[in-house]
Amino acid sequence: MTTVDRALPQAMDRALPRFGGFSGTFLALELRRTLRNRRVVIFTFIIPPVFFLLFGTNAAAKTETVGHGNVTAYVLISLAVYGAMLANTSGGAAVSIERAAGWSRQLRLTPLRPAAYVAIKILVAMALGLVSVVVTYAVGAFSGARMPWYIWLGTGVLAWVCALVFAAFGLFMGYLLPGENVMQILGPALALLAFAGGLFVPLDQMGHTFATLARFTPAYGVGEIARYPLTGAGSLGAAVLNVAVWTLVFAAGAAWRFRRDTQRV
Amino acid sequence: MDRQSTPATGTSAVEMRDVVKTFGNVVAVDGVSLAISPGEVVALLGPNGAGKTTTIDMLLGLSRPASGSVSVYGAPPRVAVARGLVSAVMQTGGLLKDYTVAETVRLTASLFASGRPVDELLDRAGIADIASRRVGLCSGGQQQRLRFAMALAPNPDLLILDEPTTGLDVEGRRDFWAAIRADAAAGRTIIFATHYLAEADEYADRVVLIRRGRIVADGTPAEIKAIGSGRTVRATLPGRSQWDPNDIPGARSVEVRGDTVIVQANDSDAVARHLLTSTGARDLEITSRNIEEAFLALTNDPKEDY
Repeated sequence: MTTVDRALPQAMDRALPRFGGFSGTFLALELRRTLRNRRVVIFTFIIPPVFFLLFGTNAAAKTETVGHGNVTAYVLISLAVYGAMLANTSGGAAVSIERAAGWSRQLRLTPLRPAAYVAIKILVAMALGLVSVVVTYAVGAFSGARMPWYIWLGTGVLAWVCALVFAAFGLFMGYLLPGENVMQILGPALALLAFAGGLFVPLDQMGHTFATLARFTPAYGVGEIARYPLTGAGSLGAAVLNVAVWTLVFAAGAAWRFRRDTQRV
Repeated sequence: MDRQSTPATGTSAVEMRDVVKTFGNVVAVDGVSLAISPGEVVALLGPNGAGKTTTIDMLLGLSRPASGSVSVYGAPPRVAVARGLVSAVMQTGGLLKDYTVAETVRLTASLFASGRPVDELLDRAGIADIASRRVGLCSGGQQQRLRFAMALAPNPDLLILDEPTTGLDVEGRRDFWAAIRADAAAGRTIIFATHYLAEADEYADRVVLIRRGRIVADGTPAEIKAIGSGRTVRATLPGRSQWDPNDIPGARSVEVRGDTVIVQANDSDAVARHLLTSTGARDLEITSRNIEEAFLALTNDPKEDY
């Protein structure tokens, strides 16, 4: 064998990893590490249920009916969306911290494909979002939220899945903003978006101009869709359009910055 | 290790041809050609800003040369990296502080098609005893050995170390090199950048001296040190900013600083005779230096601007 004049470089004797480096091992390690981060846990698992207990559990809310449930359930869904937003954004924005630490550069010394890396980030963000929604709903179930079981399930799944728009948002911001403390900027920004999107206060309780503008902000669509099984009201079409457009915008932004990031080398 | 015995027909571990890399107006690497054979342990020796890290980045495909070509075992650097043929220990960063040592190594090994077992990697880097420690709680030396364990994950044929002991204390430095040395004995090709002459002298069998993006000397540690044992001829000679050492009999290298020409001489008498008889040189002086002084002169450049 060794006497043969080698037509191929020696490198070809070695294989590339399957799935561009994506693996269960990688995903499990990333999940474990993320859950170790106290700030992430407080942000995504504790703040949303606490806000729910503050805003949604007064006596009036528990007795007043909205669609198929009570106002407490309505507030619960909104805050589950808020939790999923926080979880997805911080999951996506983790790329900023990893770039600052030189970890992204380190990964470029491995066969890991950028797409596999982004897939891991999104899956971790979704897992965080799922836990956040489940924890918030568990607190809600014991604190007077009332709606049929299939609406618990439907709204929970919608809150979780639609919040993916914020994974794209987190990735975009993670590639756009420098530094280790990106969530210190994004935390207040998300609170603002949640407010503007009617997650803290229903839009019909706001001034007309503000309420009209608010319909174009990214959290509005997710909230409307997630609450739809409960309320059966609102403009579902506009909400779906809102989520679709913002997902496109954020994903395009993330792809643009991502490409710059990987080309800079 | 005798590199002359390496058959000329084998693929070079590293082949750089006329490589130039610029950042804006700054020429970081200025026409480097370098061939390294499998099994060599090579030190890239030079001061900060000499272009060592830029050279290494190009070997790893982290940056592309403005002109010239780079290949690693006959393949483009990115291919060699992705297949685990070459890996590197970078100078700083590249670690996440909320992973443990073992998790970091497991993750890195999982990314390669045939990554080595974690326990083996921890053992070889001498960090099995701190496997469950958080990276953020590790000392600089421990983090450096962790980077080494990560670099060993694909069992690379070529290992590149960029100033691996910068910032380490004496003990950390010794432990790190003990781990590298044990590994190099197995026949791996190693390239390391350093600005310590002692480190190059002790651990390399070939030293490539780099200054201001150019290779200024290439040889065994003994040959490199011998460069310094010559004499320096210094004279005032206005009006000429560029000299070819071949223009002056007995000269090895020529440098011009303002009106002063400084010649590193193989034969200082011949240089002095030429300068005084064939040029307008005046105020000529001849000095000899010890090895350390010579090395400092070779690597410390007062005009260093980046």
